[in-house]
Amino acid sequence: MAARVEARGGAAPLDLAAIEAASARQERRRRWQRVSTRTLSLLALFGAWWAVAAANATYFKWFNPVLLPAPPAIGKEAWRLLVLGTLQWDVLASLARVAQGFVLAAILGVVAGTLVARVRTIENVVEPVLDVLRPIPPLAFLPLLVLYLGIGEASKIGFIAYSAFFPIFTTTREGIKYVDPLLVRAAESLGATQRDILRYVIIPAAMPSILTGLRLSFALSFFVIVAAEFIAAERGLGFLINDAREFFRVDRMLLGAAAIGLLGYGFNQLFGRLERALVPWKD
Amino acid sequence: MSKVYVTRQGPMIAVHDLSLEMRHEHFVCLLGPSGCGKSTLLSMIAGFVTPTSGRILVDGRPVTRPGRDRGVVFQEYVLFPWRTARQNVELGPLLQRLPSAEQQQIAERYLALVGLAEHAHKYPRELSGGMKQRVAIARALANAPQVLLMDEPFGALDAQTREVMQEELLKIWLAERKTIVFVTHSISESLYLADDIVVMTARPGRIKEIVRVDLPRPRERGSPEFVAIARSVERLVKEEVLKAGLV
Repeated sequence: MAARVEARGGAAPLDLAAIEAASARQERRRRWQRVSTRTLSLLALFGAWWAVAAANATYFKWFNPVLLPAPPAIGKEAWRLLVLGTLQWDVLASLARVAQGFVLAAILGVVAGTLVARVRTIENVVEPVLDVLRPIPPLAFLPLLVLYLGIGEASKIGFIAYSAFFPIFTTTREGIKYVDPLLVRAAESLGATQRDILRYVIIPAAMPSILTGLRLSFALSFFVIVAAEFIAAERGLGFLINDAREFFRVDRMLLGAAAIGLLGYGFNQLFGRLERALVPWKD
Repeated sequence: MSKVYVTRQGPMIAVHDLSLEMRHEHFVCLLGPSGCGKSTLLSMIAGFVTPTSGRILVDGRPVTRPGRDRGVVFQEYVLFPWRTARQNVELGPLLQRLPSAEQQQIAERYLALVGLAEHAHKYPRELSGGMKQRVAIARALANAPQVLLMDEPFGALDAQTREVMQEELLKIWLAERKTIVFVTHSISESLYLADDIVVMTARPGRIKEIVRVDLPRPRERGSPEFVAIARSVERLVKEEVLKAGLV
């Protein structure tokens, strides 16, 4: 059966200002919904934790209350350590290690990724080595690193650098290797030399993937710092957690974890901003 | 000259025993069925692809690599997405190491020529297809090439935009007087634009016939003379389409 399609009506004059205002209102409502739902989700997690901890401690006695302290206990412990001045030091010590290891990894990863993507011989020499190393968990090399570099800062920074190297290397290599060849042709036809092409085409084209790699690597640096600080550290958030384990201080363990979570979140936001500033042409 | 590509199915002769001379400051269209090697020929003039045998001369100098004497406009626009319209047009002058005031002046002049002065600060993703292609044309012209190579530049545009772009390209060409080599598979497009239409054979590409179009410009697409030439060109092209078994 044939269907009849009709469009009719709409002859009344259009109040464009009102339509625009309604659309803006809807946009605001959507944004508010997004923020409020996300906040509520976090608050619910927090509330559930608090409720379970409180109910267990005062009434149900499902398990030893030491195993799950309530949020205020963590806050109190954080305050105590801040006043003592040790929490700041632990955060700073971890940040310093992460920063040094990450910068090292970033430089090596970008340089190696670029060379491997651009020079066939280097690719053939370097790639099989990295392909063999990549699947081995970096943690497997930590004891060796401690043997080689000692129990001081060098082994921790080296461990972070090694772990964070791979994501940067991989995304840089892919980003540079898969630059649209037509863009290179367009630049060549405008008179670009090989150096111009690297500077004006390849690096800007690869920038988004390099930034993604940096972000992943930074997150990974935080991921592995705790393990590095489990071994022979005197400061740092990993040390805080490991030390708390020996004294059965669950509140401190959770505090250490929360501090890492907050720092990671903050830096991720920062990276997001950096990306938007460096690649304004992407949406 | 000839060009053979080695593919997984064996060697493929894209262009064979082709020789052609394009007249200085004339508008030449390469016309033929898909896969006739017209884009390959253009790529060889641009210097992206080297001929298997024979060679290409521009003003008597052999082509060995791409260069700024031969500006290229691609079908897919190929703008640098991280550069604004103006920065795209400025790139040629920038690579010539011209002072930045001069770069800007040149970019502004050519963006105005293609009617985009007001969109200079926009990134390519903010522009429509027709606007992107205008930027690409401005970018090629801003580099003052001797030859402008255009590979189906309006192929991705809708029919109305396409006609407007043809009219504007003609105006620009009348003002700037470059040698233009324009690849297309549209008969009416080639007839509207070209001094010479080079009709190519099906693969391997050779020259079937060169049709000289002496109609005064601007040409009226519906006029009897236009339609008559269109018919005869259509016959030539159809023979090749049928020969290639493309229908």
